[in-house]
Amino acid sequence: MTETIDQIFVILKHWLVGHVPTAVEPIVSELLSVVPIILLFPLLFALITVMERKGLGRIQNRYGPNRVGPCGILQPIADGIKTLTKENIVPHSADKVVHLLAPLLLVMATFLGYAVLPVGRNMVAANMDAGVLFFFAVGSMTELSVFMAGWSSRNKYSLLGAMRAIAQMISYEVPLILSSVTVIMAAGTLSTVSIVEQQSGYTGIFPHWFVFTPWGFAGFVLFMIAATAESNRSPFDLPEGESELIAGYYTEYSGFKFALFFLAEYLGMMSISGMAITLFLGGWAAPLSFLTWIPSYLWFFGKLFFFIAGFIWIRGTLPRLRMDQLMNFAWKFMLPMALINLVTAGVWRFMPTGILRWLVCSAMVVAPYVLLGRGFMLGKRLEKRTYRFAD
Amino acid sequence: MLGEGIVRGLAETARNFLGSFVSKERLTTVQFPEERLPQAEAARDFPFLVYDGEDWQAGMRCVACQICEKECPPKCIFIEKSKDKKPDALGRAQFYPARFDIDVSVCMSCQICVEVCPFEAIKMDTAFELSTDDRFGGLLWDRQKLALSDAHYHAIHPTDAAHTDELLAAEKAKAEARTKAAVAKASPAPMPQPPAPAAANEP
Amino acid sequence: MSSMTETTSAANDERSRKLTAGISEGQLLEVSMGPHHPSTHGVFRMDVVLDGERVVKLKPVVGYLHRNHEKIGENNSYLASMPYTDRLDYLCSLTNNWAYALAVETLAGIDVPERAQYLRVITAELTRLQNHSSVIGFLVQDMGASGTPLMYAFREREKILDLFESLTGSRMMCNYMRFGGCRIDLPAGWLDRAKKVVAGFPQFLDEYENLLGTNEILMARTQGIGALSRELAINAGVTGPLLRASGVNYDIRKVDKYGIYDRFDFKVPLGDNGDVYDRYMIRILEMRESIKILDQAMCDIPPGPIMDPKAKIRGFRPKAGEAYGRIEAPKGELGFYLISDGSGNPYRYRVRPPSFVNLTVLEDMCIGNYIADTIAILGSIDIVLGEVDR
Repeated sequence: MTETIDQIFVILKHWLVGHVPTAVEPIVSELLSVVPIILLFPLLFALITVMERKGLGRIQNRYGPNRVGPCGILQPIADGIKTLTKENIVPHSADKVVHLLAPLLLVMATFLGYAVLPVGRNMVAANMDAGVLFFFAVGSMTELSVFMAGWSSRNKYSLLGAMRAIAQMISYEVPLILSSVTVIMAAGTLSTVSIVEQQSGYTGIFPHWFVFTPWGFAGFVLFMIAATAESNRSPFDLPEGESELIAGYYTEYSGFKFALFFLAEYLGMMSISGMAITLFLGGWAAPLSFLTWIPSYLWFFGKLFFFIAGFIWIRGTLPRLRMDQLMNFAWKFMLPMALINLVTAGVWRFMPTGILRWLVCSAMVVAPYVLLGRGFMLGKRLEKRTYRFAD
Repeated sequence: MLGEGIVRGLAETARNFLGSFVSKERLTTVQFPEERLPQAEAARDFPFLVYDGEDWQAGMRCVACQICEKECPPKCIFIEKSKDKKPDALGRAQFYPARFDIDVSVCMSCQICVEVCPFEAIKMDTAFELSTDDRFGGLLWDRQKLALSDAHYHAIHPTDAAHTDELLAAEKAKAEARTKAAVAKASPAPMPQPPAPAAANEP
Repeated sequence: MSSMTETTSAANDERSRKLTAGISEGQLLEVSMGPHHPSTHGVFRMDVVLDGERVVKLKPVVGYLHRNHEKIGENNSYLASMPYTDRLDYLCSLTNNWAYALAVETLAGIDVPERAQYLRVITAELTRLQNHSSVIGFLVQDMGASGTPLMYAFREREKILDLFESLTGSRMMCNYMRFGGCRIDLPAGWLDRAKKVVAGFPQFLDEYENLLGTNEILMARTQGIGALSRELAINAGVTGPLLRASGVNYDIRKVDKYGIYDRFDFKVPLGDNGDVYDRYMIRILEMRESIKILDQAMCDIPPGPIMDPKAKIRGFRPKAGEAYGRIEAPKGELGFYLISDGSGNPYRYRVRPPSFVNLTVLEDMCIGNYIADTIAILGSIDIVLGEVDR
């Protein structure tokens, strides 16, 4: 019974495909995999915008939007109507084709990333052998479209903002990919489906998720910090916040294209969270062995929900990092940590199982963290200060 | 430890988030206009002219002395004295304002007109939802619009109104005592009559 | 002739020349962070010349909020200028009122009864609390913390503003002081409510420090940024928390002992580096000292009259002469200079605004720093355009 509920969508798809003439079967099968993604994730995006505004509101001791619909649930509809009815302004000297293509390319690139995320048991749109590689390759395409947006506006401030955004995204690609390489090393495969399957076993009641190892935990933290920077979220949102001078690469966009940029940002947030869940948190696997009766897709989306809540929580708390501090952090702190983490993952694999393996690898992760962190703070002469009083 | 400050900040934020569901202290919004916070009693918004009784013209306390017009900092009061007089609350004949306009868009709610008025005739109202779409005259109020009853004053500022009533009653008592003394001096008491000579007629 | 902005002093000329040695003018970017800007605390413009990301020259352009306050003061009577002083530094109307009342009382030789002095101290220190709350909230908001610390600070500020409303009738434009005392006495129950509000403040400050005091990102954004040296601060006439963060022990409450401040036991916090972080922390420490003063004042306030019986409301004609009255406003030294010619209107009415004088060192602090730090530095100087432009 639980098996059926778990595989209900797969069974449904097979049943529908069975009713179609054989000639169009492959196309219909692909469509049935792709269309739910295109319908579901923008719906989630709408829900996330409300969740974010209400979450930030509650953190700030106020209600979020609560006039449109019960508890403000229908707020995205109001926002959508507003964006659609705004005038579509294109600057006179802008490159019109590129100006139009940039948001479209961005949205397309972010949607492509969902193809390799296994949202449930046997539920993945494209079961590729090099799924992780495909995901990161497609993710790099987003940076190209950011540059297209800044370039086509023919506005030196947009261009500068776009350059800063790209510099940030490129710098954080390196720790992002390096931390996922540890998982690839441990799993021995680039395929997302088999990475998740390797994490779906249990010893006793505890799962085999990679996050429950020292190198996995460090890799997870590094991956999430880099993911926050990749999606331009606070505290790395200098390109998109009112960045004090240069208003960002999408200054010259209005109306629906602006909404597309937002759609792409949140979709990117969800897809990179999905990849973190796949790599580190066991994908659709339940956290405790007696909870496997809950369907796998519910687990995946539950974990996704927690990731989004975490993003919102961090946004509500931390101020923004300045551009040069951001880059320093990426190259001088995260990159060395990611490399050391790589070595730790190797040591973990080749040491015999036991408590010694745990101790050695934990030391290999914690010691550089403390040393690098202290060096970082001392280098900037940051300290906790005490103040004197006049007498 | 690196990151400790960030973790403490996150804990603080989480506390506020969870607290906003349980305590009013952490969710201080009031859903205006369905719920309203009670205004402080002393709140002042824009002036109004007080009248006693039912008829706003007969009972208006203002005697057009024009002190408030002179003292008003942005000069938003315009008064024209009447030619005739009408009796006030104490029965004396006083001038009254034929025209008393306040340009509410200029008024800065400083309350100096209330302080300097010797007749307790102008007080501050507490209505603040006064927007109008009439650009040219919508916020220039004439004396009819400004006239509000003493009962209204008691409703919005009970302590101040009680104090004003005491002052006015004291003034009235003083005025009555003065009139009684004046009447007593003007018509002196009759001289004591000599006893009638009735005994002379008796044999 | 260069179309680039001029600097504000010869020393800055020298520094900017050193920074741009060898760079052609075409490579420098001149930007106007114009009057419409989310982070400039009002209609304030800065003409900035950038070399890449570094500031080379910075000229503040003020005057967008000029309202002829001083000329209006000459045309109006002394009492009529009191509500206009509310609108100078519109966040701290009660301290503005006190400075003006002090100047007029010095001019005319009027005394102030005891209870009125205590009321003045209580309202002034409450004003200081709510002003510093706003400043620490705005500073972090400008640095991108999406409003959370600002909302917490404003939650506390609202409680103080409610107190002001029940006392003076208005939340911000209080118009409360008169020459010779205060306008109106405390309503019933006000003192208890005020004690409750003040008692809840230290907990708020602790929560706020928990949220951001040791936050590494905040420290990285504010420590070492915009340092102001002692000598420059004293030479430029800077006053207030800006001066004390640079290590100069000058608080007019201790120097002039105006009002009855010599009766209260409080300390003056000093900083060592004069950077943005020091100014932020000094304001939080000053709030704690204000809470101490408030506790003492609210305990000791005596009953009695609140106005000098000889003081006149109407027809007030001080004899000819001049007077300068100054107080420690939350932003610095706020002074009023009055020249009277014996009539009902002052002959000359001059305001010494602390924000304006503090702004003169903005360029010195910003040259050589990144453009992103300019906003943080401006936020830490704590200007209000109503005061800068009058």
